[in-house]
Amino acid sequence: MSEIRTLIVDDSSVMRKIVERALRQAGLTLMVVHEAGSGTEGLDLLRAKQVDLILSDINMPSMDGLEFLRQIRAQNLAPGVPVVMITTESSEEHVKQAILAGAQGYIRKPFTAEQVKERVLPLLNAA
Amino acid sequence: MAVSLRESVQLVSDPRNLDASVEEVFQLMLGVTCRRDSGPVLHELESVTAVVGFGGLLSGACVFRSGSSAAIKIAALMTGMEFDEIDDTVKDAIGEIGNMLAGAWKGKVPNLAANCGLSVPAVITGRDYNLHVQAPEFQLHHAYRFAESSFDVTIVCDGLQ
Repeated sequence: MSEIRTLIVDDSSVMRKIVERALRQAGLTLMVVHEAGSGTEGLDLLRAKQVDLILSDINMPSMDGLEFLRQIRAQNLAPGVPVVMITTESSEEHVKQAILAGAQGYIRKPFTAEQVKERVLPLLNAA
Repeated sequence: MAVSLRESVQLVSDPRNLDASVEEVFQLMLGVTCRRDSGPVLHELESVTAVVGFGGLLSGACVFRSGSSAAIKIAALMTGMEFDEIDDTVKDAIGEIGNMLAGAWKGKVPNLAANCGLSVPAVITGRDYNLHVQAPEFQLHHAYRFAESSFDVTIVCDGLQ
């Protein structure tokens, strides 16, 4: 796996670090890790930076992860870049909403590095 | 098979679901074994409380509460960092623990998982305070122990649609 540029969006700085650590434990070489504390910050970053992978929480104040995802697609930001939602919301309905909004993957909190690897690596290999 | 609302409430009020949720979150996110403790939680003067509200089919809150030393230990295990005091990172970590506990608990019942949303966590720190909820539909209050530290989790359901 080549070096990848990642955007992690979560209102919790602790969760952003845990997600980053899980990606490294999954064997990814992270060249750059951009962090955003909200969907709005995430959109601003995507206008300025190129990334290879986006991981986003859903439950966030101001702009939630689903709206962030819809805005990425509506504004054609990061075309072709896989987006994986990482969230405590795990029902089929939430997964369906995320997929409809344009997510390629879904990881439920709490998670293991192995689960992150299983969900993320196939997407990066396909991209 | 469809699960009725009354059956859903019976499932979420099953104490084993809360215990399984706590064990899952602590095992996966902290890498420690956590077990329900029949003894009383020894509250320190300073404590940290995370409150995650839920609404929809069922309304109420999931409340995590620990002393400051247990909160610091949890944050250290989650992040790999060391802490001397309850700073913003420790509060953030405890809020996320509350969030994951609430999500794991309601996720045990598919009917609720889909029809019950979670709030962002609120974290309260301080000394000598109590939380009161009037006339809940049901309440679970369990104490847990991990690595010589203890905490308690309360699920309060005050409304059922």
